[in-house]
Amino acid sequence: MKTFTKVVFLTTSLALAACAKSPFDRSGDAAGAGANGLDNGGVSTSALSPNSPAYFNQTIGDKVLFNVDQSTINDTARATLTQQANWLNTNTTYNAIIEGHADEQGTREYNLALGARRAAAARDFLVANGVADNRLRTVTFGKERPLEVCSTEACYAKNRRAVTVISAGVGS
Amino acid sequence: MMKQLLKCLSLVAAIGFSTLASTAPATAQDCQEGVLCIEMNNPNIEPLPFAAPAFIAESAGADQYARDLAAVVAADLQGSGLFRAISQDAFISQITNFDSPVQYADWKAINAQALVTGAVSVTGDGQIIVKFRLFDVFSENQMGEGLQFVGSTKGWRRMAHKVADAVYSRITGEGGYFDSRTVFVSETGPKNARLKRLAVMDYDGANQQFLTDAQAIVLAPRFSPNGDRVLYTSYESGFPKIYVLDVASVGRRVLQDQPGTMSFAPRFAPNGQDVVFSLTTGSNTDIYKLNLASGQRTQLTSSPAIETAPSYSPDGTQIVFESDRSGTQQLYVMNAGGGEATRISFGQGRYGTPVWSPRGDLVAFTKQNRGRFHIGVMRVDGSGERLLTASFLDEGPTWSPNGRVIMFTRETAGSGGSSTLYSVDISGRNLKAVQANASDPSWSPLLK
Repeated sequence: MKTFTKVVFLTTSLALAACAKSPFDRSGDAAGAGANGLDNGGVSTSALSPNSPAYFNQTIGDKVLFNVDQSTINDTARATLTQQANWLNTNTTYNAIIEGHADEQGTREYNLALGARRAAAARDFLVANGVADNRLRTVTFGKERPLEVCSTEACYAKNRRAVTVISAGVGS
Repeated sequence: MMKQLLKCLSLVAAIGFSTLASTAPATAQDCQEGVLCIEMNNPNIEPLPFAAPAFIAESAGADQYARDLAAVVAADLQGSGLFRAISQDAFISQITNFDSPVQYADWKAINAQALVTGAVSVTGDGQIIVKFRLFDVFSENQMGEGLQFVGSTKGWRRMAHKVADAVYSRITGEGGYFDSRTVFVSETGPKNARLKRLAVMDYDGANQQFLTDAQAIVLAPRFSPNGDRVLYTSYESGFPKIYVLDVASVGRRVLQDQPGTMSFAPRFAPNGQDVVFSLTTGSNTDIYKLNLASGQRTQLTSSPAIETAPSYSPDGTQIVFESDRSGTQQLYVMNAGGGEATRISFGQGRYGTPVWSPRGDLVAFTKQNRGRFHIGVMRVDGSGERLLTASFLDEGPTWSPNGRVIMFTRETAGSGGSSTLYSVDISGRNLKAVQANASDPSWSPLLK
């Protein structure tokens, strides 16, 4: 920490500096709605390969939403996660980190635990649908990385989410 | 010299502490007729007017310190909400010599009930010597002995805080809190990509210094009982994990890493050797204790509910924490060894982030009810709940060393929302902003 210099800090863009380092390498075009993949810039929307992480993020959908203070997988989430599981079962060279998030209407510690519940609920669903346990990791961001920044239910609803962030696996 | 005087001071504070701890809820001194005194439990407290003229510069190079010391003493006392500084423009007398007799009539005429006089000299080797006396103007008596503090010129603000603590303590009968620091999270950047760094500052916002860079999200730092270390949660591995940081060297290490788990909400035990925290395995979050010396970990709760935000009683025998085992977030107390817990919060809404007061008599908490957030206090058995604040989002209380003041985070709504540290007296008075773009304060004990 002592070797940290102001120069590095000041010249690093906010978006880059916000990226936490992950033990999993994130696939270059896998930017989705996760805490560390806010920007989807540069990804072409035409003719996505069904086996690409971009297809996973955009066509299947990388995130599922939850009700207030809940971690139950609802019908919409079930449909999305089923497709996610199918994709992961087809594309076995990829792993995933599942991020759990909460809206800002809660205390910091509780929201961390709630985010962990949501991530685990999504992970458990994927595992129940055939994805190997050791390809998935969960992480909670609590209320630290909202996707939407307004303070109304319209934004809160989108922030109560679990995001499946595709990463390069061992075999890739 | 300094050591003896400081010892004397801390002894005074310790006596005040034990007296208060033995009577729950804390009762402040009963004031006697004709003696300068603030009765802390008086609900209609009027700030006590005092005069703090510029200190006397008794050596070359001490002029600036003489003015600044008096200003910081005045700011400390006035900032407590219990005292009101009389403007220097109103003074009739000037103090020109620290040992000259006080012209009480001149101070009575401007209704200064307390008078703080001081002198400062600077030595050739960069030491500063600060002397002060406190006078009860209307009874025409000096209150207590004069005190002298010696330290480096760099630490001149601490000398002022020590003077203010002594004045506060002599007039209120309670320990002071001005010579203390706060560790917190400094925030910059937009709400959806906020950069967070650990920082430490004097309790009043001065002398801010960063402890980490902004590479990873950091959360909820907590001081050790003697202020030498800080526990906090960092995402530097990509996952929330607890780190312990040495304040002097800024060196840090991960507390204990168990692959596949996440840990957060750490807090030291009063012995400085044990740490309580939350560990998440799969979907379940429980409270654990870790002994720093042996590395031995003990599980203290084992329900499928969320158990987090543990905080020790000052005697180390009990832990207050939050759990949603009843269906919503509520506060519980259990023995420090774990086991059966007793619920203490029963009001409307949800309760979280409990923190045991340093006096042992109260628990401060965050309450969430009907879309509003409050900082409140209740007795440790759950009775006597009082809400001190209300806003869009108040959370995360921390106690001043004397248990009179609570600092917390207030966050504003919307896309431009930001966090600010506020403080409030446990009476609910004297709400004020302390530091902008900051969250998660943890107040140190009085510095040694």
